[in-house]
Amino acid sequence: MKGCQPVIAVKGLANRFGEAVIHEDLDLTVCRGEILGVVGGSGTGKSVLMRSIIGLQTPAAGEIEVLGENMIGREEDEAKNIRRRWGILFQNGALFSTLTVAENVEVPIREYFPYLKPPLLDEIASYKIAMGGLPADAGPKYPAELSGGMIKRAGLARALALDPELLFLDEPTAGLDPISAAAFDELIVSLQKRLDLTVFLITHDLDTLYAICDRVAVIADRKVIAVGTIPELLALDHPWIQEYFNGPRGRAAADTAKEHAQA
Amino acid sequence: MAATAASTAEGGNPPFRIRGTLTITRAASIQREIDAESDPLTIDLSGVERMDTVGAWLVYRAVRDRGAKVAGATPESQSLLDQVAEFDRPVQVHPDEKSSVTRVIAELGEWIAETGRTLVGLLGFFGATLVAMANLVSRPKRFRWNAVIQRFDVVGVRALGIIGLMSFLIGVVIGQQGAVQLQQFGAEVYTINLIGRITVRELGTLMTAIMVAGRSGSAFAAQLGTMKITEEIDAMRTIGVSPVEALVIPRLIAAVIMMPLLAFWAMLMSLLGGGIFVWLDLGIPPLTYIQRLQEVIPLTDLWIGLIKAPVFGFIIALAGCFQGMLVESNSEEVGLRTTTAVVQSIFLVIVLDAVFAVFFSSVGWI
Repeated sequence: MKGCQPVIAVKGLANRFGEAVIHEDLDLTVCRGEILGVVGGSGTGKSVLMRSIIGLQTPAAGEIEVLGENMIGREEDEAKNIRRRWGILFQNGALFSTLTVAENVEVPIREYFPYLKPPLLDEIASYKIAMGGLPADAGPKYPAELSGGMIKRAGLARALALDPELLFLDEPTAGLDPISAAAFDELIVSLQKRLDLTVFLITHDLDTLYAICDRVAVIADRKVIAVGTIPELLALDHPWIQEYFNGPRGRAAADTAKEHAQA
Repeated sequence: MAATAASTAEGGNPPFRIRGTLTITRAASIQREIDAESDPLTIDLSGVERMDTVGAWLVYRAVRDRGAKVAGATPESQSLLDQVAEFDRPVQVHPDEKSSVTRVIAELGEWIAETGRTLVGLLGFFGATLVAMANLVSRPKRFRWNAVIQRFDVVGVRALGIIGLMSFLIGVVIGQQGAVQLQQFGAEVYTINLIGRITVRELGTLMTAIMVAGRSGSAFAAQLGTMKITEEIDAMRTIGVSPVEALVIPRLIAAVIMMPLLAFWAMLMSLLGGGIFVWLDLGIPPLTYIQRLQEVIPLTDLWIGLIKAPVFGFIIALAGCFQGMLVESNSEEVGLRTTTAVVQSIFLVIVLDAVFAVFFSSVGWI
């Protein structure tokens, strides 16, 4: 990709759990302003890759740079400066179950800007909730009262609380019905354009890949075997990639994407 | 890089110029400055280098509430302004507030209703376990031996150390306190009566019950509560496994069988602790101590202690499992229910102990 300004740069990453080798010599670069989809079979370590990048998992070897800062072996204080600049949507939302949706959204703001007054805080929370696509009565609800789709939207609202430059999404559309999933895709694209976000997106959803990803990284055999646009990937001769995109579901998603483009 | 009001325009108010960054980091000070400006207000954004949604929100709010005009906005800042405007919808942030009087009354009513529901629920749960037991008796093959044996280990064997130590120390304390008081009357030999009767009749069983409630009752509630949250119990039901049969009955049986054994162990350890104390402090040799114990402890004391134990075990397991099954939604509730289980079972154990004390005295087991 020309003129790539790397936001995430992973070099020679290795991850092991005991005997099991998850990653070996894995390289990946995410450029500013793109939506990078990460795909791979179950158990290929997509989530582990994300956890390594955001510092929840210390890799066995390798270098990770996020927003120009080295992520490995950092002090907690230094890491905070980076954490302010990213937002993360976990697979199951990971909302704090004892706080309401509005309070969940306010948590990161309170942490970094404790001097903001409650009225302003509430206003910020309220438009972040609207931005996440939640209905007006969602603010005072607890996560236990929300549906799966609303939990993801609330998680997205929390991830967006500090206007991040970089957004990590771990299977954002998993478990959503197709209509909600499509709406979620659209929401991510429009937010990405308007807020100039860089998005690191782990997904199994082929429709999402076709609809919103600028580039797709494929993880197999413990490393990133290919990164590129979907047509570029289709030109490759790797069996897993061929099966993935040319399987029945892959074709169906491609057809939908074409129809969408024509319409 | 402070925001300053530049006095350039003639007539009316000078435009309020914001320079540098207009982001959340400066939100508080910029809001103060905007509030300090008088109407009609023009906000000049031409000097803004970086803006985020919070900055845009502050500007947008001035436009919305005070009819302020915006000048010098770059296309990027204009799109951010449009965006926050689009998401300015009435969103409820806080739950509806009620007046404190109605809230107190409502809470009191809720508490009473909740207590009533809990008692009825406990009774219902007791009934459900009895039904499940009856089912098991008619079809003994479904009885889960492995689960029961595993609970024996967790509830009984692993508690031996802590209950033994606790009881030993209680024996020492009773011996020491008894000796100090009785020496004043020159009756220190009766310390043996005190140690023997109080530990066998009352404290052995009671302290064991409290320890088991804290150790196992809480564990039951937390285990079942977590299984409710992870939908394991729902999964069991859909497969056709009765959760009461698979989870509650083994725990109940383990508690009922282990409690008398643990209580007996606690009695022995208390007697040992007391014996060592009177030997060292009062110089009563172990053989004399044992002989005296045989003379002063009636067999009925042992029966009283051992009859109470399985009842206490049943109450503890029932309260623990019941509270665990009541968990509905989140992890906080698991903690809450676990606490309730322990408090409830210890309270019920002490109430029942009082009932037993009166009962056994009145039937002449004095």
